[in-house]
Amino acid sequence: MTKSEQRQIYDPVTETPTSYVREGEDAHPPMDFEAYKSTALRHPKQPLVYLPQTVTEITGPQLGAERGAVEGENDLTTQYDGMPIGERITVSGRVFDTEGKPLRDTLVEVWQANAAGRYRHKWDRWPAELDPNFSGAGRCVTDGDGRYTFTTIKPGPYPWGNHHNAWRPAHIHFSLLGRAFAQRLVTQMYFPGDPLFPFDPIFNSVRDPAARERMISRFQINETVPNWALAYEFDIYLRGPGQTPFEEAH
Amino acid sequence: MIFPTTPSQTVGPYFAIGMPWDAGPLVVPEDSPGAIRITGTVYDGAGSPVPDSLIETWQADPDGCFADLHGYGGQSRLPGFRGFARYGAEDGDGRFEIVTVKPGSVPGPGMSTQAPHIDVSVFARGMLNRCVTRIYFADEPDANAADPVLASVPAQRRKTLLAEPVDGGYVIDIHLQGRSETVFFAL
Repeated sequence: MTKSEQRQIYDPVTETPTSYVREGEDAHPPMDFEAYKSTALRHPKQPLVYLPQTVTEITGPQLGAERGAVEGENDLTTQYDGMPIGERITVSGRVFDTEGKPLRDTLVEVWQANAAGRYRHKWDRWPAELDPNFSGAGRCVTDGDGRYTFTTIKPGPYPWGNHHNAWRPAHIHFSLLGRAFAQRLVTQMYFPGDPLFPFDPIFNSVRDPAARERMISRFQINETVPNWALAYEFDIYLRGPGQTPFEEAH
Repeated sequence: MIFPTTPSQTVGPYFAIGMPWDAGPLVVPEDSPGAIRITGTVYDGAGSPVPDSLIETWQADPDGCFADLHGYGGQSRLPGFRGFARYGAEDGDGRFEIVTVKPGSVPGPGMSTQAPHIDVSVFARGMLNRCVTRIYFADEPDANAADPVLASVPAQRRKTLLAEPVDGGYVIDIHLQGRSETVFFAL
């Protein structure tokens, strides 16, 4: 992308799409994916009904002021008196639509395991230590260029019960609201070169290898903070404008 | 140039450490005039509640206006109206509950009018993408009969989208699978 393309910023009123592109079947993982056992009873078996994109779908919540405006909630290493244990990293990137236009002022929420692979959640029974200085949750809103930045601890991999000797690759959960109900996305960010990739059904539920690559962050030596933190970059693309303003239901 | 989207992944079982917040289920403040509760349970294909489910809703206010900042649908002037709710619990039992106001009618495709409805996203461990459904209201038979989206749903399945009036609000269950499978939409 050139510099001038990067500088195209939405005028939120005049440039917010009135319809969003219909995505191909392989854009996202299937709801029924045998290797990920929990999908078996949790996917619809009836065909989806086509929903025209009406005003309800092209509008959406803007929680930035309520949820994202608190200074410092993008730093998961300073939420307690002490420093969490683990490899300190920054995770930053930009949120775009599929036309490459940055989404500014949009809420980015993250949650993750600690360095030992343990979530601070009542139901996580993996016998690794909780870190008293790490909640694993953060949020921020994107700036005028669609950029977000988190400082955190690199999460550890952890075992789960899907199959014998199943381990999740290290990942950070991301939640994006975009501008419209139609743009809502929840995903996971992975780290480059993880040896667990070939064995993880959730990662591999995305059938297109090129699409899987889009969930993997890039190590960025130029973004590292010397003597402080390594840096990973993760750009996120949400659905962009589609063709027709209103489609007939069929 | 068109860029491909980032693929969806499951919210997993532990979203409650970051996603829900105290005011999340409140589309309007609890003491708002006309506030109602919409409750229900998310069930899986075995008929068991889905304890690690996360619900999000988006809707117009009673005048058919949205809390959207981008100029679409008219701007809601209802005090404290957020239009959005999120419900998820760390120690969930599959039940959800939001506090809202009944939405008004909004324009539909062409010259049509849509019956009062709420858009819903369902997330859970075991769901690699959200499922999108809608809540309509069983006590709006005339508006529902004229709704273009309901009209496109097979008649025998429409009732899965209808919230039934109860004291103080409405109740609607969401069945991800099974005999009473909820109608889900391709958006």
